[in-house]
Amino acid sequence: MATLLQPKKNGSINPLKSSAPLGAALAYLGVDGAVPLFHGAQGCTSFALTLAVRHFREDMPMQTTAIAEVETILGGADNLEEALVNLQARMNPKFIGIASTALIETRGEDITGDLLSIMQRRHELARTAIVYASTPDYVGALEDGWAKAVTAIIEGLVVPGERRQKSLRQINILPGVHQTAADIDQLRDMAAAFGLDAVVLPDLSGSLDGHVNAEFTPITSGGTKLEDIADMGEGLATIAIGQHMTPAAEALEGLTGVPSTVLANLTGLAATDELVALLSRISGVAVPESLKRRRSQLVDAMLDCHFYLGGKRIAIAADPDLTYQLAVFFKSLGAEIVTAVTTTHHSALLERVPAKEVVVGDLMDFEERAAAAQADLLVTHSHGRQAAERLGLPHLRVGFPIFDRLGVQHRSMIGYAGSRDFLYEVGNIFLSLIKEKKPEDFTSAEVPPFKVQEKRDVGQTLAIG
Amino acid sequence: MGEVLRSKTAELFNEPGCAKNQAKSEKERKKGCSKPLVPGAAAGGCAFDGAKIALEPIVDVVHLTHGPSACEGNSWDNRHAATSGPSTYRLGLTTDLSELDIVMGNGEKRLYRAIKDAIARYDPPAVFVYQTCVPAMIGDDIEAVCRHAAEKTGTPCIPVLSAGFSGKKNFGNKLAGEALFKHVIGTIEPEYTTPTDVNILGEYNIVGEIWQIKPLLEKLGIRLLANITGDARYRDIAGAHRARVNMMMCSAALINLARQMEERWGIPYFEGSFYGIADTSAALRMLARMLVERGAPEDLLERTEALITAEEARAWARIEPYREILKGKRVILYTGGVKSWSIVSALQEIGMKIVATSVRKSTEGDKERIKEIMDDPHMVGSVPAREMYARLANDEADILLSGGKTQYVGLKARRPWLDINQERNYAYAGYDGTVALVAELAKSLSNPVWEEIRRPAPWEISADIVPLDCGPQSRSGVGEA
Repeated sequence: MATLLQPKKNGSINPLKSSAPLGAALAYLGVDGAVPLFHGAQGCTSFALTLAVRHFREDMPMQTTAIAEVETILGGADNLEEALVNLQARMNPKFIGIASTALIETRGEDITGDLLSIMQRRHELARTAIVYASTPDYVGALEDGWAKAVTAIIEGLVVPGERRQKSLRQINILPGVHQTAADIDQLRDMAAAFGLDAVVLPDLSGSLDGHVNAEFTPITSGGTKLEDIADMGEGLATIAIGQHMTPAAEALEGLTGVPSTVLANLTGLAATDELVALLSRISGVAVPESLKRRRSQLVDAMLDCHFYLGGKRIAIAADPDLTYQLAVFFKSLGAEIVTAVTTTHHSALLERVPAKEVVVGDLMDFEERAAAAQADLLVTHSHGRQAAERLGLPHLRVGFPIFDRLGVQHRSMIGYAGSRDFLYEVGNIFLSLIKEKKPEDFTSAEVPPFKVQEKRDVGQTLAIG
Repeated sequence: MGEVLRSKTAELFNEPGCAKNQAKSEKERKKGCSKPLVPGAAAGGCAFDGAKIALEPIVDVVHLTHGPSACEGNSWDNRHAATSGPSTYRLGLTTDLSELDIVMGNGEKRLYRAIKDAIARYDPPAVFVYQTCVPAMIGDDIEAVCRHAAEKTGTPCIPVLSAGFSGKKNFGNKLAGEALFKHVIGTIEPEYTTPTDVNILGEYNIVGEIWQIKPLLEKLGIRLLANITGDARYRDIAGAHRARVNMMMCSAALINLARQMEERWGIPYFEGSFYGIADTSAALRMLARMLVERGAPEDLLERTEALITAEEARAWARIEPYREILKGKRVILYTGGVKSWSIVSALQEIGMKIVATSVRKSTEGDKERIKEIMDDPHMVGSVPAREMYARLANDEADILLSGGKTQYVGLKARRPWLDINQERNYAYAGYDGTVALVAELAKSLSNPVWEEIRRPAPWEISADIVPLDCGPQSRSGVGEA
């Protein structure tokens, strides 16, 4: 459907993408008792930390191996060892997730080898689960780092082999980087409605939902428990969300034999219907009344909102999966996606985005194209605020980072209920822009040409393999 | 780059203007000033971060980061340095090096083209180019690229050698000062000069603080030739060498620049602060005195005193209503540098008690000042988050004043917290700023929310559920149970 454009440029103006190591760190933060460790100079951690703190409005236990000049020349293995030992002594985490950075990867370090020899020499580290994902800053973006980290956790911590010893009611859910705490809560509740216990990896709804503990803790509190990760082979099935989670789902299926399904989209009616049907098939339980009611509410919301979205020209800039999800949803209400800008070309989904073209670019590309296409609404993260200001357009904040709005972790846009609330949010933006008409509004008597709206893109399941 | 950076580093570590450095033996000094970083126990930014903070407030130039997307991509658009005009500085430009660029060594070519593109697109008075770790490692010579680009385009291109691995944030500030001294200051003559031209160094116009300071100077007829770098234009900074006096706002950051400007152009400098009433007055007095010493009209001294008297009276009158709320309230001040003492005096003046003030990034001079103004100076170094949390949770203080990174330690202990570092949303400089700070403190401390959130939950009050008697008699509320 869409043509993928990668304009040749000499750099980027107003970057749209956040880095892969940051995505990896966010995934690590979804594990209970975790500390993410960046292998690189201390600025890599500091920037990522500051950005994540602004988004989540939470303290972030992120650490660095603090590579300085000498280590840049002689190698960073000693720093990695020292960092692991210090972290264990200072914070006693249950889990340390290591993410490499551009600096250390440019040196060409054999981090896997370093880590093996450290673990052989330092027996005290055996108390802590340690995994490593290779995430140089110059490859991919947030999604890629997140997916690599989840894959590393699965490969490192899941006990291989399929087992059916526990409840026979477990399902595994692998959310994408674009899911909020509220999204995960909703997924868990939906699974529970079918009598299923969901093991969610990574689970930011436990660790980064914003809660106040009775005690101080320097590591994450809440998140996926290590023993639950080990037991993922107990699952009846695995549901992964977003194209970028395909490698993680494959890794889990390969290790345990638990059949997996990757859903490209959970926003909107058709997408949620598919999830509900899948849950029903997995559990053998009929769809409960509560969900039927929610579906009906979403249908009604679509009836109420389509007036305000029909024919609207929308510009989206986000990571590939989120771009696809939003584009399909807006399209299903009669809006047109006039601009779609994304961060990396890695995703096979991009061709299926219901727009003429998808551009791999930055927020300046987004701004210029949205202006040329006469967009009515900009949909991107908080960094798009400058573009919105310059173009005088409304700005709907989605994705990461959102640092100028409160409560972003408690806003859901998936499932029947989340789609319903999100739809009202979008509808209200357009509704609030409707002004009293004045004579000068009717200077041109031109009637805009009528276009038949295309059939929208259904069929959200992605075949694996 | 290695040689250049090494000699630059050695120079900076030998800073004669730095009291701390002069107190060391020759051998100690060779080791440089940065404490070695501890892997797994380090926090804070890198040299690139520090350089960018110090230069980004120059509002009309293009700031271009040479490196992979993360350095700029994760950090741009995150400060509130305000502008009175151009907003070019708010753009985030980066060469966004890909794996292929690094492997094939395309960095320099890409940088050159990116500079040309930026100049064609925005026509800025200058381009600042920031070096980051990866290009420094693969040997991209940004100085040569900048020289070449400047020759070709006629626009000055300023290389900032700020590879992240070369040091901490503080060191990056100094690298920024070096870049200004070497490539910018003294390259343009100001249109005219006056006997009362001054520069301020290390003021970044966070949420518009320079506009709380500038009117005071204007009332005295003092011209702010260049504010380095808050709300600055490139031309102002390039002509900053004609000032009569330099005032240094942040002791640690740009000392090297102040000293070198004194050596080359004979501009005397002093260290002052515009935080707190007493310090604002002291800074104005010092400015006036030094200007008069260098030939400004004598009456400046009298006019300064008159202004101080009037402004102080006005400020205290406005603070008076808050005194009742703030009297005796206990504060932990967790910042560093100048603020470790300048804010102390302001808070003590209102009758607040300083339980502890942090001297993490403070110089010996800063510590001396604290001892001068506090009867019982509780100076602390780095306080681990756990300990800070414990102190607040155990009711050792009523409010925490710190930077954003410590924010949640305070809030999670259910204690009021106020931001006094660069992420803050309120301007606290000068007399007006001090009044604003006091108002914020009072607003925070008197908020009923603290009492509300510390109230125990129903299940914490009593574990046994008393069955509801649904008879005709009245029910008792939770509070009376």
